[in-house]
Amino acid sequence: MKNQTLFFKNKPRIVSGMSIVGKKEGDGPLGKYFDHISDDPKFGEKTFEKGECKMFLKAITGAVDKAKLNNEDLDLLLAGDLLNQLISSSYVARTLSVPYLGLYSACSTMTEALTIGANFINDGHFKLVACATGSHFATAERQYRYPLEYGCQRPPYSQWTVTAAGCTLLSLKGEGPAITHATIGKVVDFGINDLNNMGAAMATAAADTIYSVFNDTNYDERDFDAIFTGDLGRLGAEILRDLCREKGLELGQKYSDCGEMMYKREQNCYCGGSGAGASASVLNSFILGKMQAGEYKKVLLLATGALMSPTSSYQGETIPSISHGIIL
Amino acid sequence: MTEQQTKEINARNERYNKYVESVTPKTGTFVSLLKAFVIGGITCVIAELIGDGLSTLLPSLSDELVSSYTSMIIVSVAIFFTGFGFYDVIARHGGAGSFLPITGFANAMSSAALEYKSEGLILGTSVKMFTVVGPVVVNGIVWSTFAGIVRYLVMLIFGV
Amino acid sequence: MSVFPDTWWGVVLSYLAVFAGGGLLCASAQMFIIKTKLTPARILVIFLLFGVFLQTIGVFDFLKSIFGSGITVPIVGFGAGLAEGAIKGAQTYGILGAFAGGLIQTAFGVGAAVVASYIVTLLFNSKSK
Repeated sequence: MKNQTLFFKNKPRIVSGMSIVGKKEGDGPLGKYFDHISDDPKFGEKTFEKGECKMFLKAITGAVDKAKLNNEDLDLLLAGDLLNQLISSSYVARTLSVPYLGLYSACSTMTEALTIGANFINDGHFKLVACATGSHFATAERQYRYPLEYGCQRPPYSQWTVTAAGCTLLSLKGEGPAITHATIGKVVDFGINDLNNMGAAMATAAADTIYSVFNDTNYDERDFDAIFTGDLGRLGAEILRDLCREKGLELGQKYSDCGEMMYKREQNCYCGGSGAGASASVLNSFILGKMQAGEYKKVLLLATGALMSPTSSYQGETIPSISHGIIL
Repeated sequence: MTEQQTKEINARNERYNKYVESVTPKTGTFVSLLKAFVIGGITCVIAELIGDGLSTLLPSLSDELVSSYTSMIIVSVAIFFTGFGFYDVIARHGGAGSFLPITGFANAMSSAALEYKSEGLILGTSVKMFTVVGPVVVNGIVWSTFAGIVRYLVMLIFGV
Repeated sequence: MSVFPDTWWGVVLSYLAVFAGGGLLCASAQMFIIKTKLTPARILVIFLLFGVFLQTIGVFDFLKSIFGSGITVPIVGFGAGLAEGAIKGAQTYGILGAFAGGLIQTAFGVGAAVVASYIVTLLFNSKSK
């Protein structure tokens, strides 16, 4: 089997992290961990798309402020979102005017950005890199599904796109958990074609990447204090546990899913959250907080992404998915 | 890829799909059917009440006009419900009970119109108004025209 | 025209028929949702074509006399209305009338929907849920 895992010997560190979420996410179980909760879904702007940009920008400038730095100190911005042509990220990059690479890997963009960023930092090309992703319920809903006011019943296994953004600053200097490994995932497709059941499609990608991580690094589930997936949702997380059990891996209590953690059951969010913002905001609030407090020493984060578009699925294509893993 | 590999992948996918099917929770059948029945039924009863009211108030109206005016009224009410943002709340419970009646057609049209307001009234609202209801309008016109032609030919040939 | 007599129990019965007819149609559409992976758009088109079919073979008026709004308010009624207009148009103006009749017959509802949607768009905004 080919080695898919990078090892960073210079220890690029997460020196700062910022998370911003909408009201619904703020009311969820993780509410107290987030840095900022906005009651206005448009973030004071005229349209939801402009609101998403504002949220994105706030996440990046917030992370920079927390590290007591200026926007000019950023050497590179790695950002991605769910909208066509990456408008949120690119318009934020316009405002910040820093070197920028736009990334798309659906909901796994956060770990893709961290993988690339950690590599740049590790090799000494840049001193300070910002990795940011976000998603917004209203804009994603319009692009992938129906108008907001359209009355349709969702199946109980569907997921709710989170309104959230997160930004992580990477640098060699400073305090914070280090990224030691990154595993680049393969695109996996097990023939799921139900757009509402992305958890089932993405669980196979997450399982594939988990095997690669354990295979390449010789770690196993006992070496980690916690294992997180991005946005499989309740159903996808159950399927992942089953898939791992088949191969003799028992994920147990250590494993949780960022999307599933996002909402309480009574919030009517079906199987939990999805979207690029889920892993980004949970990483920069809950996970980072627990690592800074020393509760977690070693964490595996696998953000998962479904790489379809409405066009491909109308043409009868199945849902390919991917998962990139990082070890903190 | 060899044929053998393709076959193996297809078999694997089929197995996985079957497994996913078995673990996926279903919409609660009885409760959702009952909700669709009640909400759909109530919508129709309200329309009937409006129709009866109209023909009592304006006895000179023909039956045809009564039903046209009734549909205008319920369609407009549904559209204002959509504007206030509670049609989709009813629909979350009603399911087919709220999208099958003509009120659901109105909701689909107005929700698309509202959604794309951010791109302007011409390029947004006016362009996108029929995105959701398009299939209904197009198929309705095509197949009813076909029905009209068929009945016309039947009339010519058989005289009915 | 209703099949029910013009007495108080006839009126009660007719409303029960409206409720049952509308409810059954909606419940059967819900059955499609539960048992198949069809999207609402496809289910709507299926029921619409069912209405066109009922009108074409000439049984819709009979069903309407029993179920009233219970069958005219669901999308089945929209399909039947289009077909009714197209058939009438063809019989009045000749074969080309089939192209206009359906739209004329249903223009009240569709026109109201377009205008009301436009007005609502001017007054309200979509809300994030």
